[in-house]
Amino acid sequence: MASVALSEAEKVYIVHGVQEDLRVDGRGCEDYRCVEVETDVVSNTSGSARVKLGHTDILVGVKAEMGTPKLEKPNEGYLEFFVDCSASATPEFEGRGGDDLGTEIANTLYRIFNNKSSIDLKSLCISPREHCWVLYVDVLLLECGGNLFDAISVAVKAALFNTRIPRVRVLEDEEGSKDIELSDDPYDCIQLSVENVPCIVTLCKIGYRHVVDATLQEEACSLASLLVSVTSKGVVTCIRKVGKGSLDPESIFEMLEHLCMAVTSKTLFRLASAWARCCMPPCRVFYTRRRAWGPRDRKSDSWADVHSSLQLPNVRLLLFPGS
Amino acid sequence: MAGLELLSDQGYRVDGRRAGELRKIQARMGVFAQADGSAYIEQGNTKALAVVYGPHEIRGSRARALPDRALVNCQYSSATFSTGERKRRPHGDRKSCEMGLQLRQTFEAAILTQLHPRSQIDIYVQVLQADGGTYAACVNAATLAVLDAGIPMRDFVCACSAGFVDGTALADLSHVEEAAGGPQLALALLPASGQIALLEMDARLHEDHLEQVLEAAARASRDVHTVLDRVVRQHVQEASVLLGD
Repeated sequence: MASVALSEAEKVYIVHGVQEDLRVDGRGCEDYRCVEVETDVVSNTSGSARVKLGHTDILVGVKAEMGTPKLEKPNEGYLEFFVDCSASATPEFEGRGGDDLGTEIANTLYRIFNNKSSIDLKSLCISPREHCWVLYVDVLLLECGGNLFDAISVAVKAALFNTRIPRVRVLEDEEGSKDIELSDDPYDCIQLSVENVPCIVTLCKIGYRHVVDATLQEEACSLASLLVSVTSKGVVTCIRKVGKGSLDPESIFEMLEHLCMAVTSKTLFRLASAWARCCMPPCRVFYTRRRAWGPRDRKSDSWADVHSSLQLPNVRLLLFPGS
Repeated sequence: MAGLELLSDQGYRVDGRRAGELRKIQARMGVFAQADGSAYIEQGNTKALAVVYGPHEIRGSRARALPDRALVNCQYSSATFSTGERKRRPHGDRKSCEMGLQLRQTFEAAILTQLHPRSQIDIYVQVLQADGGTYAACVNAATLAVLDAGIPMRDFVCACSAGFVDGTALADLSHVEEAAGGPQLALALLPASGQIALLEMDARLHEDHLEQVLEAAARASRDVHTVLDRVVRQHVQEASVLLGD
């Protein structure tokens, strides 16, 4: 993984800061950096999104292709994940250098989507045992500035939200042979419900405390972190410990409690904002359609649109940390 | 392709351009903070990203170091979702390797490599969306990225493709025009001196027409230079305002 070399003094500075709930960039331990989400960035995909979280920059393209259902699930479509750690993120990823990290992230994505609730796979089936939609979710890592997993999960969710799959009909004639008919209207397509698609929250253990949305420098100070994928309803779909260090069970429970406490108490304003921070790192979501890196005419839709479109928790979120 | 005429009687192409007209170019420099230089370019629907690291110490085996000049290392990759049909691998296939070599050749001709002996310059380009002219878009993006990194160059390298249909040379081919299967010429030009950094032509073309196609590609490359020059000037102006000069 892309990493930075820190001196002992720098590490002490970061660790002591975290103990005082003050991080190098001025955030508290539970604050996310600014998130920018853009959808519809690549026009020859079924759906695409680009997410920028600090210096982390992720581009996700979803392509829908027709395939055959898996034998054990004859009436469901499926998702395929591929993560490309491009050399532009760091020269270490040149050639095959990024393959290990890419496979690790892809496997994590498989795991967090490996349940019935995340996405309605039955809607991807065209005719049982014969045809289904296969969604190829391709993640491209453009820049790496820490907290990859969270940013990727947000980008995948946004890209799936943006995905339009053409509507097809199966016609059967008297002899029993089947024909697939594609709708003539290009706007006649199905959209996936991404309400239950989880987002990953990575809690990084630094010293005796844990932080969310760690930068590269903070990741270098942390020995282990806990990766939790959680939906907006508070359902946890996957937990993983990552990193070379170890975590004691107590601190794992403490971290989870922190998450759960924030997830369950919706009424309190203070907690609602904490919940928002945990379920989907908002802070500031710029929601732009159809403008990539080109000259930017950034249009921030109203907050309500942003939330409904990304299926953010339905509370009035405090979008600016500290406000 | 039956029924599709690439050039109408009135002299318009499929997307409504004239024969020598370029697609719209939009570019930005300095898109990433962590790299030494980076740039993003859109040429019509072709979108490419270039990142430059260096000059730095040789990575890996020291034996690759050149005693008198810098080593230019290029990697071309194109996103799995960039093409109409999904690609299986972003890089490492034959076409990507060839593209990397061509880029390397192009930039060895343009960068003043003798100023940085025993060091390495990495140029990584990535195609995010492919709609014809990927080589040209990559070269143009890489030029901006190298400029952004502040690496001394002889001149801009501006690239453009050209084709030949019904006795007329077409500049800046789109995917539809490339797929029709006529002759294709890729040209990378150093516009100030008019020197050619890379020239490649596929398919067959009568010798008498070559000059016409070459001239169209060169003119288009000069047009590209005008646009890139404006992008660079604007970027420098913005940067100097931020520095408070």
